Amino acid sequence: MGGDGGGVPAAIENGGVPRAVKIDRSKLPEPGASRPFRFPSIDKSALSSGLRVWTVGHPAIPVVTFILLLRRGSADDPPDQDGLAAMTLDMLDEGSGGRSAIEMHEALGRLGARLDSDIGSDAMLLGITALSRFTDPALAILADITARPSLAQDDFERVRQLRLHRLKQLRDVPGAVADRAFVRLLYGDHPYGHTSLGNEHTLGQMTLDHVRAFHRAAICPPQATLVAVGDCDHDAIVRLAAAAFEGWEGGVAGEGAAGGTFPRPARLNVVPRAGAPQSELRIGHVAAPRDTPDYHALVAANAVLGGQFVSRINQNLREDKGFTYGAYTAFEFRRLPGPFALHCSVQTAATGRAIQESLSEIAAIRGPRPATYEELALGVAGLTRGYARNFETAEQVARAVAQLALYDLPDDYFAEFVPRVERVTVDEVTAVASRHLDPDRLTTLVVGDLEQIAGDLADLGLGEPVILSTEMFC
Amino acid sequence: MTISFTKHRLENGLDVLLHEDHGCPIVAVNLWYHVGSKNERPGRTGFAHLFEHLMFEGSAHHDKGYFPPLQGAGASLNGSTNADRTNYWEVVPSNALELALWMESDRMGYLLPALTEAKFSNQRDVVLNERRQNYENRPYGLAPMAMVGALFPPDHPYHWTTIGEIADLHAAKLDEVRRFFSTYYHPANASLVLAGDINPDDALDLARAYFEPLPPGPAVAPVRPEPVPLTAETRLLIEDRVELPRLYVSWLTPPMFADGDAALDLAADILANGKTSRLYRRMVFDERIATDVSAVQNSREIGGFLQVAATAAPGHVLAELDKVVVDEIARLAADGPTADEIDRGRVQTEAQFMFRLQTVGGFGGKSDQLNAYNTFVGDPSFFERDLERYGSVTTEALQAEVQRYLNHLCRVALSVVPRGRRDLALPDSVPADVS
Repeated sequence: MGGDGGGVPAAIENGGVPRAVKIDRSKLPEPGASRPFRFPSIDKSALSSGLRVWTVGHPAIPVVTFILLLRRGSADDPPDQDGLAAMTLDMLDEGSGGRSAIEMHEALGRLGARLDSDIGSDAMLLGITALSRFTDPALAILADITARPSLAQDDFERVRQLRLHRLKQLRDVPGAVADRAFVRLLYGDHPYGHTSLGNEHTLGQMTLDHVRAFHRAAICPPQATLVAVGDCDHDAIVRLAAAAFEGWEGGVAGEGAAGGTFPRPARLNVVPRAGAPQSELRIGHVAAPRDTPDYHALVAANAVLGGQFVSRINQNLREDKGFTYGAYTAFEFRRLPGPFALHCSVQTAATGRAIQESLSEIAAIRGPRPATYEELALGVAGLTRGYARNFETAEQVARAVAQLALYDLPDDYFAEFVPRVERVTVDEVTAVASRHLDPDRLTTLVVGDLEQIAGDLADLGLGEPVILSTEMFC
Repeated sequence: MTISFTKHRLENGLDVLLHEDHGCPIVAVNLWYHVGSKNERPGRTGFAHLFEHLMFEGSAHHDKGYFPPLQGAGASLNGSTNADRTNYWEVVPSNALELALWMESDRMGYLLPALTEAKFSNQRDVVLNERRQNYENRPYGLAPMAMVGALFPPDHPYHWTTIGEIADLHAAKLDEVRRFFSTYYHPANASLVLAGDINPDDALDLARAYFEPLPPGPAVAPVRPEPVPLTAETRLLIEDRVELPRLYVSWLTPPMFADGDAALDLAADILANGKTSRLYRRMVFDERIATDVSAVQNSREIGGFLQVAATAAPGHVLAELDKVVVDEIARLAADGPTADEIDRGRVQTEAQFMFRLQTVGGFGGKSDQLNAYNTFVGDPSFFERDLERYGSVTTEALQAEVQRYLNHLCRVALSVVPRGRRDLALPDSVPADVS
């Protein structure tokens, strides 16, 4: 991948001939010119069923990665069936045709293949990574899993019970409690108002018919893109895919769930956790969708605010105050407006001060203390100069390419990312921060020891904290 | 398949390993110090890890954060500490190799002049928060402390976890930090790998220029405590903020790379790795008395331990799970693995080895692998022999190691149960002393 472009690596000037290197500890060495990097070119075809087949040659190691991306996710869970998409995805590797779940996993084991699945609001994906000599059988198993799952009653009962037990266990995981409560606060009944896990109530009522119906409607060729990355030939992969997915037909293309209105949550909310040594914090609000024209400027703004180790939030809360092991912020860009959120776990005694500092950092970047030229340069460099390392392994490349398929991004998206982000100015950072961050609308959620933090919370001026019951989101 | 390399020992004892791979215009700079929590002593636990944090707080010629210049050059970087070693790495665009070497060598040679009480105190607070986040406030988070505390006697270097005891972290003093640095952080106790888009001759010149002027430190004597076998079963319990009880069972096993290590690693997979494994099939799939089960051979430099962990489904007590664990291990000991299990184990191992070769850097990439072999075996070319250790495990050998090591009369069984539900624990368990 861009590796045989010729030329000598820039830091190295007289290849092969020993030289005396002079070192100077009075100043840091300046990196030389960066070596050009060519982003993967994608070969694209489509089968008559509508399944798109995209391949990228990546011959470094005899390993192949397939990713099957489906443009349906937990936002497409029907009303009162929160968790159905994830449940369906979980059922896919439970056997196919004449093969039981155990037999299918034995077959995977004989290939040494790694199967994984992932789900978010907008998409599901299935991935399989295998040694190149097992390309054919690995793709055959992926097709069986996707297109022809058994979806049997006994397996359904077992998987559903396991997911219910998992939900029960998550009641004690502060980060999971915070994530689940926070999306409910921010989004209410909107399609983004629940995590992919669903809740104990909806899972309790789910039936195998629901799963079958969702499989028919959502896991169909027009929604799917098969990405193959490795030492592979495009035409050969297309032929293999046509054979492996033969008979997988039907379904329609089209947009996922429509949006809805967003609630106006209280400024301060607490899920009590008596005796907790730390408070788990989330601070944020609904922000921008993936197709915002401000995308690159927001990515740069977040790098200054909280996206990196050296960002303001982590420098303040960790490196200056020692309140936490780490703090970060993120805009989650999705098809519909995704959340902006600060994530952090702070020692209980510092809860009030950590919230105060976080709120004032978010407010400051909008204008009172705008990003400086140096801060922006550092943030942008962190995003751009090492960009090539995101395309080192077959799996990294496949996941990147799947993003293009998910959000209809152009093939030159990766090549354009670096210059686009490098063009962002400090004024733009201030402008987009001001446009997309609203201090008056920020919602704070604390999972922590209410008795110990109540006094501090009262001093924040965010009003009386709303105490959340776990029934709201568990 | 192997990892090609050249190895050079500098005059001060630093090993420099070079590996060329021009697939991506990046270089992994990976530096191991052969020091971990095993080099600590009782009353001063957590020190090696706390020290790792201080390595990111600036050195004499760059007395500010370690991150900004490297991040500004496009690097990703991190470090980690375990019982046996501490590692630091930067993955930099190839044009920033010299910057990374400048930074790594400055903190190897000139950390102490820049070290202050304020930095020390700040990073101690950060570490105490890391401990709260990853252990105290996490369900089942104190299990590792209880387990190693019972597997190894109090003066054994594996008796404590890398994060350390709270009281010890508070007791740590700045002058101890200085002594620790002088004892362990020097060229003769370190190994440097440069892997990726390099010209090996030029990369070696750079490494020499930056590291060779640093003085070698004192030789570090290997930590070789007398092995203390378990002679009885210990049953412990922890009451925790959890919904479902979990059983942990551990046995002492051979050290990393020693005879029996690979066979027991494969045995752990056969027992409880994935849906096809024996314990998963029986406990989670068929009988449905557990929600999850896993097993791992923890291979370490001085000695290993194999641990099985299983969480009970609601309505089941841990004794039911234990009975299956005992049964299935007895069956594996009596009949050995099937030919299909051995075959799958082999190809899975081969694939895992190959997947690791996909990246030059970070945790677990080629640079880390070369350093692991160099540090623990003294031979970076160990890759093929390492793979061969797994390829040569026979049915009989695996069976023999299971018989020899996984003895139910000599083990530690730890029950973690919801508060007030000691009735769910294995009978006769006594409370573990952890916080």
